[in-house]
Amino acid sequence: MNATLSRRLREHVPLLVTALLLVTMFSVGSVSYQGFFSGQVLLNLLIDNAFLLVVAVGMTFVILSGGIDLSVGAVVALSTMVSAALVEHHHWPILAVVPLVLAIGAGAGWVMGWVIHTFEIQPFIVTLAGMFLARGLCYTISVESISITDSGYTSMAQARIPLPGGMFVSPSAVIALLVVVAAFVLLHHTRWGRNVYALGGSEQSALLMGLPVARTKIGVYAVSGFCSALGGVLLTFYMLSGYGLHAVGLELDAIAAVVIGGTLLTGGTGYVLGTVLGVLVLGLIQTVISFQGTLSSWWTRIVIGALLFVFIVLQRLTALRRRA
Amino acid sequence: MTKHRLFWPAAVLAALLLANVAFTPDFFAVRIKDGHLYGSLIDILHFGAPLILVALGMTLVIATGGIDLSVGSTVAIAGALACLHISESADPGGLGTVLTAAGLALLVALVLGSVNGFLVSRVGVQPIIATLILMVAGRGVAQLVTDGQIITVTSGPFQLIGGGYWLTVPFAVVLAAAMVLLTALLTRSTALGMLLESVGGNPVASRLVGIRAQRLIALVYVFSAVCAAVAGLMISSNVSAADGNNAGLWIELDAILAVVIGGTSLAGGRFSLGGTVLGALVIQTLATTIYTIGVPPETTLVFKAVVVIAVCLVQSPKFRAKLSHRRRSGARRGSRSESAAPANLEVGR
Repeated sequence: MNATLSRRLREHVPLLVTALLLVTMFSVGSVSYQGFFSGQVLLNLLIDNAFLLVVAVGMTFVILSGGIDLSVGAVVALSTMVSAALVEHHHWPILAVVPLVLAIGAGAGWVMGWVIHTFEIQPFIVTLAGMFLARGLCYTISVESISITDSGYTSMAQARIPLPGGMFVSPSAVIALLVVVAAFVLLHHTRWGRNVYALGGSEQSALLMGLPVARTKIGVYAVSGFCSALGGVLLTFYMLSGYGLHAVGLELDAIAAVVIGGTLLTGGTGYVLGTVLGVLVLGLIQTVISFQGTLSSWWTRIVIGALLFVFIVLQRLTALRRRA
Repeated sequence: MTKHRLFWPAAVLAALLLANVAFTPDFFAVRIKDGHLYGSLIDILHFGAPLILVALGMTLVIATGGIDLSVGSTVAIAGALACLHISESADPGGLGTVLTAAGLALLVALVLGSVNGFLVSRVGVQPIIATLILMVAGRGVAQLVTDGQIITVTSGPFQLIGGGYWLTVPFAVVLAAAMVLLTALLTRSTALGMLLESVGGNPVASRLVGIRAQRLIALVYVFSAVCAAVAGLMISSNVSAADGNNAGLWIELDAILAVVIGGTSLAGGRFSLGGTVLGALVIQTLATTIYTIGVPPETTLVFKAVVVIAVCLVQSPKFRAKLSHRRRSGARRGSRSESAAPANLEVGR
């Protein structure tokens, strides 16, 4: 095997491990549990995790650029809250609410990116403040959960798109897949996408090469904010309510999905499709635990933590070997 | 005086305390009832004690340029283990049982801290991510320990840790003060503090002058976990119950905030234990103030966000440079237009 090929293979090791893990988990589940081996179980993974998928895709951009965004869960919660308040209390039409929420999310991300870039403050502390602010703003709207009875939202929540073989998906799942496709094109086939990778590889070099570091960095957080807001819209469809405690800990799930999907936490290396695999793995853990029945749901968090541990150590080992 | 690094945290604390007097005139009143000290100030110290402890551990971690997100989970695990042990023992009120329970919690904290320390110092994972793992999994472990229930215990000695009084002062305050003093002695009367700052300031240079950075870094994570475990014992003892879900929720953020308000730089390299204690008290006073004003307590988060951003901006060299540049250019413009008046030159200086 020649050197380039082996290096390329090694870069894909985390991705291959994730794919293998996914297949193994699905096979073991299919053998162990009645009714597990069906296309609908796979489609349900997409339906139940559509919002996580969208948020994780946004997080992929940020982590690829060498940053981190801890505000995503809070922005999701704020989006559900704003949607619910506008629809229920002010009777806005759904077509006006959704663009506004998306604009708020993208705007919030843009501001955070601007602060990070302009004042050179660590991303994690800025997005932490963003997280506090967004959660706090939820409570200034309402401390209680607001449930949605608007017909536009309920019909979106109940809509199912039939597929051949008696299977179906929800519109949210389709939106999430479209986001994945858009992110794939943006990241792997545009100049801006290359800039994101360059920024994550080495900000210094990117600057010296004359790449638009400021625009790229701020853009990355704007994309993440937009994706969080869209995730919030999808979660609103899913939960039919707005609540300040929605999506607590979602930032961790999103980071876990990105890492399990083979994106390096130091930035510069990774794939959008890896993140999709990561989200599917997280979803499958939940499915297996619910099929098992006897295991309590908090095992999910423990298993996710353990997986994160394994993958991070794996990343370090491959990184060390590459340097050696 | 404004140059002293404890000036700003102390000023904010004083301002917050004074603001409270406007709403509750007898805010500063401290009286003795049944041999215990009572009053709002005592309450702030009492309820702030766990936060002071967690922030204490966090200060040393941040001094080395790291961060520990897992303290909230450690708080929950420690409380859960201690309560489980006490509730299952034959003699829940016995001193031996409580000491074993506390020992068990501290032992587990040692293990958890070592895992964090190992990941950061040996494997070389970024601290945010390394401790994130335990933050995610830890809540699950705490739930597993309590079996998803809230374990309530009735044990006199255990209740002393967080809810009891010792020589009229809340025992939690005594415990926190003792830990702070001990840490201050260990770090400031020995070279340990300087070594930690050196590792945080420049790890490579520290290694070259012969400091065993790896061991020091692992040590601060263990210390942070132990502090969190003691805080966990306090929190669960104060309510005589362990709640795997909510015990210590968001405490890592409050602790980071306390450290930052106290003037410790997040970039590492210098720390101030006194500042951290002031910072923790500022946060606790803020929470108390919000309760007394009657604003929904959940909106505290908005205030905290504003404080974080303000403090970080002030700490950011770029922001300072821009601000002083603007001030200087503004002054220059001012002095140019009135260049005849030599007194104005003072402004530019």
